[in-house]
Order: sequence, then C-alpha cells, then structure tokens
Amino acid sequence: MSEARVDDLVSGILDGQHRALARAITTIENRESGYRDLVSALHAHTGDAEVIGVTGSPGAGKSTLVDKLAKRYRDCGLTVGVIAVDPSSPYTGGAVLGDRIRMASNVGDMDVFFRSMSARGQLGGLSTATADAITALDAFGKDRIVVETVGAGQNEVDVVRTADTVVVLVQPGSGDDVQMLKAGILEIGDVFVVNKADMDGASTTVADLREMLHMRDGSTTAATGHHGLGAVADEEGGGTADAGWDPEVVETVATEGTGVEALIDVLDDHYAYLRETGELDRRERTRYAEEIRQLLRTDAADLLEDEIERHGGMDALVDEVQARDADPYTVTDRILTPLADCVERRRE
Amino acid sequence: MSTGQEQRTIRCLVAKVGLDGHDRGAHVIARAFRDAGFEVIYSGLHRAPEEIVQAAVQEDVDVLGISILSGAHNTLVPKVIEGLKEYGAFEDTLVLVGGIIPDEDRSDLKEAGVAEVFGPGTSMQETIDFVRENVRR
Repeated sequence: MSEARVDDLVSGILDGQHRALARAITTIENRESGYRDLVSALHAHTGDAEVIGVTGSPGAGKSTLVDKLAKRYRDCGLTVGVIAVDPSSPYTGGAVLGDRIRMASNVGDMDVFFRSMSARGQLGGLSTATADAITALDAFGKDRIVVETVGAGQNEVDVVRTADTVVVLVQPGSGDDVQMLKAGILEIGDVFVVNKADMDGASTTVADLREMLHMRDGSTTAATGHHGLGAVADEEGGGTADAGWDPEVVETVATEGTGVEALIDVLDDHYAYLRETGELDRRERTRYAEEIRQLLRTDAADLLEDEIERHGGMDALVDEVQARDADPYTVTDRILTPLADCVERRRE
Repeated sequence: MSTGQEQRTIRCLVAKVGLDGHDRGAHVIARAFRDAGFEVIYSGLHRAPEEIVQAAVQEDVDVLGISILSGAHNTLVPKVIEGLKEYGAFEDTLVLVGGIIPDEDRSDLKEAGVAEVFGPGTSMQETIDFVRENVRR
C-alpha cells in the first residue's frame, strides 16, 4: 500500500468515514504492506475509548448481550464499536462468522460499527490484530469498544486482555462452565454475568460463582506469605484480576434486555475504580509492554527466517546436521554471529 | 524492514433480503465458501436492504452474495447496490445473486451492477471459481 493510500485512510478515519475505518481494519487483518504505518499514524489519536472484553462459552449469549449493551450505550448517546472474534477452520482457514445475526437492536445504525474477525489460526497474531483494530476504532472516536470472543483457549484469553474491563459470561445449569472457570477464565474476569437468569438453576449458578470468586479473593488477599507471593507473580504475568476490586456477579436475560442496565452500572463502577486507583495506567503499561515484546518476537523471527534462507534454507542446514558435518549449535552460531556482530557495531 | 507475512482472505457476506424465509440455499453456499477457505458472514433471515448495506460496508467484504427466492429481486437488489454506492463500496464489492431469478430479469440485474446470477443447478465449484477469478482487489 502506498504512503498516499495510508494517509487517505488515516484522514478518512479521523473524518469519520465508515468506509475508511472498514478498509483500515481489513488492512490490519490482512497484514497488508503499510499496515504498520497506518497503526502508527492512528496511535496518537487514541486513548479515549473504554474497552470492554466479553468472553464465555459458545451459546452463553455473548452476541445477544453485546447487542443489548450497544443499544443501551446508543440510548445514552455514546458511539459503539464491536469486534466479534470467531474461530476459523485449522484445515481450510475458512470460517462462518455468525455473531452479526444477533445484532438485531442496532439495525441501520451506522454509529454501531460491528466487525467480525476470524482467528485465522496464528498463535499470538490474533491479539495483535485485535489490538490494532481497537486502535482504529478508538482513533475513529468510538466511546465504547466491545471485544467479543469465545473463551476457549490462550488465544482468546490474550484477546480479552486487550480490554480495560473483562466480562465473563456464564449460563446456568452447566457444570461445563464451572469447569471452564476453574481452568483459568475465573482469574481474568472483572465482572461475571449469569445470563439466561430466568432458567432453572440460575440461582445455584450465581451462588456457585460467588463462592468461587470468594475463594479467589481469599487466595489473593490472604496475608499468608505464600499466597501473597503467588498473587504478585500472577499480576506480573499480565493477569487482569486484581485484589482491590471485588468481582461482581450480575444476572441478565439478554434476549429481553433484563439486567443490562445493572451491568452497565457495574461496568462504569469498574472503570471508575480503574481510573481512581491508577490501575488503568498500570494495565495499559502492562499491555503495551506485552505488545512491544510480541512485535519484537515476530519481527526477530522474520529476520531470522530471512537469514536461514540466505544460508541456503532450512533443508540444507538440516542436511548438514544429519550428515554429521555440523551440529545444531554450530549452525545456529553461524547464522546468529554475524547478526550479533552487526548489533554490536551499531551500538558503539 | 520486514513487514510480516501478508495474509489475505476472501471475505463474503451471504445475505437474505426481504420477506423470504427459505435459507437452505444460503446455508449450503455459506458452508461451501467456508470450506473453500473464505470467511463468511451470514446475515440471517428477513434483512432490509439497508441492513445488508451496513453489514457489507462495516465488514468490508469482497463478495456480497444475495439469495432471493421471493421474486422481489428487481426491487431489492438495486436498493442494495444504491446503498453500496452511497458509501463508496460498490466498486470493489463483487455482487452475486442466487436463487430463483427468471431469465428475462437477468440482464436488468446485471445492468444494475450484479456481476453474475446463479440459478438452481449451479455447482458449488462453479460459484467458488467465479468468486476467485472475479474478486475485485
């Protein structure tokens, strides 16, 4: 993509053109040439949006809830961006992105910008692409940005970590959800929503959740040295759970919009808490540090790929090692030493 | 400097417009597109033309496949195309129509901006090949 094209997209976005925003996100998703310049140019215009991550198992009602959330925000005069991430096939790379069907309350309202994204199978890359897409929506001037994803694995957890507030959605009466929570999703939630609260067993699920959250709090705030240390390590790992905030459990019936207002109150409370305690800044710093590391890793890996090619390709190198003409360490040194020398010289 | 690998994927919106409750065909084509490695967004039933336009613009799709079996294609399809033009999205969106379209209506639809009309009996492969060859960017 030419420099002029990047400039066009940037000025289009700052002008509020939906088409430019859509095209920018495509550029980001495809990693088209120039996407970096694009994100760099947009970065200066960000920082005003509140980002909310919504995760939960398939069928829990995420999309329906996000739809109702967006509607409430719109009623308050706020503009909304939604990024819905769906898995893609590991075999064909294809995907059916179905979250849009649920966005029935915001039909014809262009101030709700809804965008479906597929995971496209690359580990770590998804969170980078999502973070960049958030940058575009933020620069466009969206007041609230909701990122929605199926909470199944590390990839998705990384995605919701790009949010200021993480909402975990649970549906009543399924032991599976509790299992999922045990597996780590519990730690990342700031707000828990028991959706379909009109179903049998909803109150049990709420009680179970409260108890598990209580235990989680117990383990992070307990004065015993061992547990305290554990909590510190957790936070350094980029965990979004925080001892100063008691995770709330909210009941909703998303299809009818029941409880959505209460949820928004809790979300606002959490954001206020983040701002007042300075946690917002801290989280942002953690996020940027993680993002910089991720980019460095990716770029360094690309650089190394090029070097491997220059040394005759991986196949040739493996041939040498297999024939016992060289060993893996020697080969690695051969490729890396010139790079290290270069770095050394540039440093002086 | 290395810019990372480019990963271009064809994005499609499979859309049902108007009062037409039959979406078996749309489902079949959505699955076939997915299996061809495309990213498919399905609109759901009973969408108004402006909803389709909103979705096509925001999702920045390469292909818009409209499925119509109700007979209202002469009214609905031009409305969608007008909407795409309004947002400057028509030039690089490949608009396809599938379903029950009488032969005599085909040329009018094409004149309005539809790239191709696929009727009953079209093979999936034919449609997929057409998309691959004609995507506009």
